[in-house]
Amino acid sequence: MLPALPLGQGGAYVAGAFIVFVVLILVYVAIIGAKIARIERELAELSEPVERRPS
Amino acid sequence: MTSLASTSDPSAAKVRRGFGRGLVPLSAVTLVAMAAALGMVFFYAPLDADQGFVQKIFYLHVPMALVALVGFIAAGVMGFAHLRSGDRRWDLRSYVAIHISTILAVGVLATGSIWARASWGHWWVWSEPMLVAFLIVFLLYAVYPMLRFSIEDPGRQARSASVFAVAAGAFVPLNFAAVRSAQSLTHPQVFSTTGGGMPGEMFATFLVGLVAMALLFVTLWKLELTAKHAAEQLRAVRRRIEAAADDGDPVGGPVAEPGRPLAGAAS
Amino acid sequence: MTRAVATLLAKDLRVELRTRESVPAMALFAVCVFVLFHFGLDQDAIDGALAAGVLWVTLLLAAVLGVGRLFVAEREQGGLEGLLLAPIDRTAVWVAKAAALFIFLVALELVTVPAFALLLLGPGLLEALGPLTAILLLADVGLAAVGALVAALAVESRARELIAALLFLPLVVPVVVAGAAATEPLFSGSQAPQELGRWLVFLAIYNALFVVLPVAVFDYLLED
Repeated sequence: MLPALPLGQGGAYVAGAFIVFVVLILVYVAIIGAKIARIERELAELSEPVERRPS
Repeated sequence: MTSLASTSDPSAAKVRRGFGRGLVPLSAVTLVAMAAALGMVFFYAPLDADQGFVQKIFYLHVPMALVALVGFIAAGVMGFAHLRSGDRRWDLRSYVAIHISTILAVGVLATGSIWARASWGHWWVWSEPMLVAFLIVFLLYAVYPMLRFSIEDPGRQARSASVFAVAAGAFVPLNFAAVRSAQSLTHPQVFSTTGGGMPGEMFATFLVGLVAMALLFVTLWKLELTAKHAAEQLRAVRRRIEAAADDGDPVGGPVAEPGRPLAGAAS
Repeated sequence: MTRAVATLLAKDLRVELRTRESVPAMALFAVCVFVLFHFGLDQDAIDGALAAGVLWVTLLLAAVLGVGRLFVAEREQGGLEGLLLAPIDRTAVWVAKAAALFIFLVALELVTVPAFALLLLGPGLLEALGPLTAILLLADVGLAAVGALVAALAVESRARELIAALLFLPLVVPVVVAGAAATEPLFSGSQAPQELGRWLVFLAIYNALFVVLPVAVFDYLLED
């Protein structure tokens, strides 16, 4: 049920603008997500010896 | 973020629980708001009489611009809070706010350029005050990371960055006034971005878009702050372990649980 | 605090008079830029908006040189630590540096404006001199205030002169806007109606902001 994008009257431009926006957000979130995943992984590596210790 | 969900490691779970509190519900609300705004833009708002379909870019371009501007000014306030209190968390908040606002500024320039191309056939127009003012603002804030990363001492880096944030934040409104004044000389306001006298449906759509953009900003801000806090925690833990290893204890003695949040660490 | 400012200012002026490093370089640079403009624009004489623009941009670029050199003595001879140890209000450092830069800019203009009139300006300068002086003096206050702040910000950084230049230029765009707009009618042969008052008020507001702001934050900048 897409809105009729009147390509003749600049629909391509409107689509382009929204796509630029979405791409910016997605790239940003992806980078931060990757960073957080890496931190969690390194945290797990570091705390492994701690959690293996008795007491 | 499936990568977070898939780790079952207990310490990783603590990271997720400790920082980023409230991030998931906030993201959900933001997504809903954005979906609502998108729906209204394409299915509810009427077609503009003069510009036609191309006018719809306005609902993206202007909220982005307003939120970015508020972000820059807020970052200045946060920088001032850092200078007054010495609490480095304010500097971190200021840094992230500037980072996200700068990305939004790039978006403003991109969407504005597309709009200019669609409306007047040129990828750049000097007659559009929002575009020109944001170019100047972008040129200014683009120096911020250069400034930060060319100062090694962390205390000095934070203080210089905060002074910058305050000066630049105060500059932003003045810059807009200057650009507007310059425009009125050579280019009488033929084209008004905010459009005086918008019909109700357009205004409502614009408002929803603005709220959605503001929510997006806050969500991304919290997200990046979470990542930065976690990175700092990690560094602190590493340092602790290394220091203790130097003392002979291979594991570093009673290491504080890496996942336990600092008091009030979440933004 | 006034005594501290006076002492610091006197020191900076004395250093400049003795070494003659900043102002002559700035003036030389400006005249070179005029020559470049002559060839770049392929014009013997310019007037109106073009003349105003060339003059203001050249002055600004020359000012960037001055800003980059503002703290150079302190940096290279360790004077910065001495300043910090002295029992003075840190803000006095900013006031003194801004005052020094203001004087350098005025000296720069005393050379550059006649040079501009000689080399590039079409219409005569004499009738415009009064209003032009007012505009330049007012603008110099803002430029000096921003320049001193930016120089202090950049002094700790590795890429000092670059950062100083990159920070300075966007921040002084409003000064160019107002200065050029106010100067343009002065350089048009015909006496076009001026909005001088409006631009002077604008410059005054800009100056107010960038004088109050450093006073509020400068103390924190030179900490430790």
